[in-house]
Amino acid sequence: MSQSSTINSKGQLITNDGVPLKESLSKSLRQTKIRSFLLILVPLLFVLILFVSPIASLLSRSIDDTLINQVFPETFSQYEAWEDKSVLPSEEMFASVINDIRNTHKLPDGRGKLLLGKSGTRMNYEYSGWRSLLKKTVKEAIKVDKKSKEVVKPYIWEAPFKDKMIKKDKKWGKVETWQSLGVMKDPYTMGYYLNAVDLRYDANKNIIEKKEYLKIYKTIWMRTLKVSLMVTIFCLILAYPVSYLLATLPMRTSNILMICVLMPFWTSLLVRIVAWMIMLQQNGVVNDTLLTILPCFEGIVNIPFFGETNIDLCFGEEDRIPMMYNFTGTIIVMTQVLLPFMILPIYSVMKGIPPSYMKAAQNLGATPTWAFIRVYIPQSVPGIGAGCILVFIVAIGYYITPELVGGKDGQMIGNFVAREMQKTLNWGLGAAIGAILLAAVLTLYWVYDRLIGIDNLKMG
Amino acid sequence: MKFPSYTTPRQKLWHYTYIGFCSLVLFFLVAPLVVVIPLSFTNSPYLQFIPEMKIFSFDTWSFNFDGYGTRWYKELFGMCEGITQATTVCTDRWIIGMKNSAIIAVFATLFASTLGTLAALGLSNRHMPFNRAIMALMISPMIVPLIITASGMFFFFAKVNLVATLPGLIIAHTILGIPFVVITVTASLSGFDNNLLRAGTSLGGSPLRNFFKIQAPLIAPGVISGGLFAFITSFDEVVIVLFVGGPEQYTLPRQMWSGIRNEISPTILAAATILVIFSILLLSTLEMLRRRAEKIRGITPH
Repeated sequence: MSQSSTINSKGQLITNDGVPLKESLSKSLRQTKIRSFLLILVPLLFVLILFVSPIASLLSRSIDDTLINQVFPETFSQYEAWEDKSVLPSEEMFASVINDIRNTHKLPDGRGKLLLGKSGTRMNYEYSGWRSLLKKTVKEAIKVDKKSKEVVKPYIWEAPFKDKMIKKDKKWGKVETWQSLGVMKDPYTMGYYLNAVDLRYDANKNIIEKKEYLKIYKTIWMRTLKVSLMVTIFCLILAYPVSYLLATLPMRTSNILMICVLMPFWTSLLVRIVAWMIMLQQNGVVNDTLLTILPCFEGIVNIPFFGETNIDLCFGEEDRIPMMYNFTGTIIVMTQVLLPFMILPIYSVMKGIPPSYMKAAQNLGATPTWAFIRVYIPQSVPGIGAGCILVFIVAIGYYITPELVGGKDGQMIGNFVAREMQKTLNWGLGAAIGAILLAAVLTLYWVYDRLIGIDNLKMG
Repeated sequence: MKFPSYTTPRQKLWHYTYIGFCSLVLFFLVAPLVVVIPLSFTNSPYLQFIPEMKIFSFDTWSFNFDGYGTRWYKELFGMCEGITQATTVCTDRWIIGMKNSAIIAVFATLFASTLGTLAALGLSNRHMPFNRAIMALMISPMIVPLIITASGMFFFFAKVNLVATLPGLIIAHTILGIPFVVITVTASLSGFDNNLLRAGTSLGGSPLRNFFKIQAPLIAPGVISGGLFAFITSFDEVVIVLFVGGPEQYTLPRQMWSGIRNEISPTILAAATILVIFSILLLSTLEMLRRRAEKIRGITPH
C-alpha cells in the first residue's frame, strides 16, 4: 500500500475501506460500549427492580402519612378553619369527625373498618389515647346490628354532636386532642424520623424532646455506635499482629495459618454462635476452665504490718462470669465473626510492602521498633483503613448476633428495626430507623469506594 | 526458631510474646468451631461438657467412651426409633430444611453466577459510562444491612405474591449472591490482555467463539469461586428467610435459628458439625481453584 492511499484529501488517516481512521475507531468504541451495555442490562434491571425499588418503597413508608388524610378529609379542612387553637373547636369540627367516620365506614369489603383501625393506631403515635377514643366513637357513631352485622339506620347519634361526644369520652373535651391533629394533616410527615431519635412535634408543629421515660432510641443508637466502635478497635488490635505474622512468614507456613483465618469466614454464622454459646455460657467451657486452673485460696493469713487478714482468692462456683446473653457476649462474638474482615485487607496490603524498606531504615540507624513505627505502619495504613471501614459497616447493621446472644443490654438498632417490622407493626417508624441506618452505611460505603475503590474488595 | 547472634534477650522475649499473642488470636478464631465437634457426639441432652464425657480417667487409668454416641445425628436425620427420653423432640424438619436449603442455594447460585458474570464482563469495559456507579450498585446488596433488605423485600414480595414461596427466596438469595460473583469475576478479568481477543478476531473467530475459547477458561475459576461464595451465603442466610419465607419454607439455618431460640438441644451441634465439615470441603475446593487460576495466568506463589 502506498503512502498516499492511507491519507485522504483532507489529510486524515484512513483505513483500508476508505473511512477516516478516527471515525472507524469511534465506531468500534461505540460498538463495544453497546455490547457492554447489553451485557449489563439484564443484571442491572434485576437488581434495580428486585432490590433497589423494594428498599425505596420501604423508605417511602417512613414519610408517608396519606392514610390518615384519606380517612379524615373533612376534619382536616375544618382544622384549617379553626381559628383560636387554644379553645375547643366549634360544633362543625365535631360533626366533621363523625361524618368522616361514617363515610369511611361505608367503604366496601370491610376496608372502611380496617382503615379506621389503622388510623387509630397511627393517631396514637402522636397523642396517646387516640386509638381507644376513636374506637369508642366509631362504636357510637355507627350502630351495628349484632345479628345481621349490618349498619342500623337511622344513626342513633344525631347532630349536635359536641356535647354528646364529650360526654361519651372527656378526651374530646380536651383541646390537646384536637391540637394533635395539626401534626397529621400533611400527607408527608417527619414524625417517624423524629420518633426514631427521641424527638416529637408539639401542637404547633415545633420539634421538642420526648418525655424522659419515653426516650428509648437515643440509648440504642449510642449503644450501636459503641458496639461497632469497640468491635472495630478490638478487631484491629487482634488483627494487626496476626496479619504481620502472616505477611512475613514463608508462603508455606502462612498458607497453613491462613486456613485458621478463613475457616471461621467460611463457617455458618449460626454455627459460630452456637459454638460461642457452648464456650461462654455459665456452665460453659471458658467458665469451667477458669474454675479448674485458677488457684483457690481462702483463709486467714498473718501479713506483717497488716495483721491477720481474711484473704479470699477463690474463683468458685458463684464467681462464674456471665458472658452470654449480654453486652459482653455481643462484643466477643461479633469480634470473632468480623475478625477475618479485618485481617484479610490488612494482610493483602502488608503483602505488598517490600521487607527491604525496614532493613534500609535500620541500616540508616533506626532501632527495629522505630523503623516499624516510622516506616512499616504508615505503609500499612490503607489496609487498616479498609479493614476498619469494612468491619464498622458490617457491624453497625448487625441483627442476628445481638438477637441471639445479646440478651437485653446487647440489642442493637437492627434489632429494633426488626421489632417495629414484626412485633409492634409500626412500619413507618421501622422504615425511618432503617433509613437513618442505611444513610450511615451508604455514607461509609461511599467513603470506602472513594478511598480504596470497591473493586479492590478481596475475599478469600 | 533461630535467632541471629546479635539478638538481645529482650528481643527474644518480645518475639516469643508476639508469637504467643498471635497463636492466641488464631486459637480464638478456630477454637469455638473445634469445640462443637466432640460435643455433637454427646449422649446427654445438655449443651455442655459433663463429667461422663471425660475420655481418659486418671483414677482407673483407662479409656471410657460411654458419654458418646450418635444419638443426635440420628435425630438430625429424622431417625426417631429407639429414642425414648422425654427431652427429645424428634422431627423431620431438619431433613426438610436441608432439602429446601439445597434447592434454594443451587438455583440462587446458578442465577447469581450467570447475572454476576454478565455484569462483570460488561463492567470490565473501561469506556462504559457510569462504570463506577453501576459497579457500586451491583455490590450494594452486600453492604446494605440484611434487616433492611429483608424488610424491603417482604413488603415488595407481598405485593407480587412471592412471600412464602420458594421462587421468592431464590430471587432474594440470587440478589445477595450477585456481588460476590461480580467481585471475583472482575478480579479474574483484571489482568486480562484484550489483545488476546483481537488476535482471536484476526484469526477469524466470532465474538461468541472468542468468548468461549479465550475468556471463558480464564474467568472460570473466578466464576466458580464467586459461585461458591454465593452458595455459602445462601446456604447460611436466615434473616431473609425469616421475613420472606412462610411456615412451609423450613431451611437449615432457620431450623437452627429456632433451635437456638426455643428448643435448644445437641441436634444443633450435629447440624453444626456437618456444616463445619461442609465448609472445610468448600474451602479446600476454593484453595485448589485459586492455585489453578494462578498457574493459568502464569503467577506462581513465591
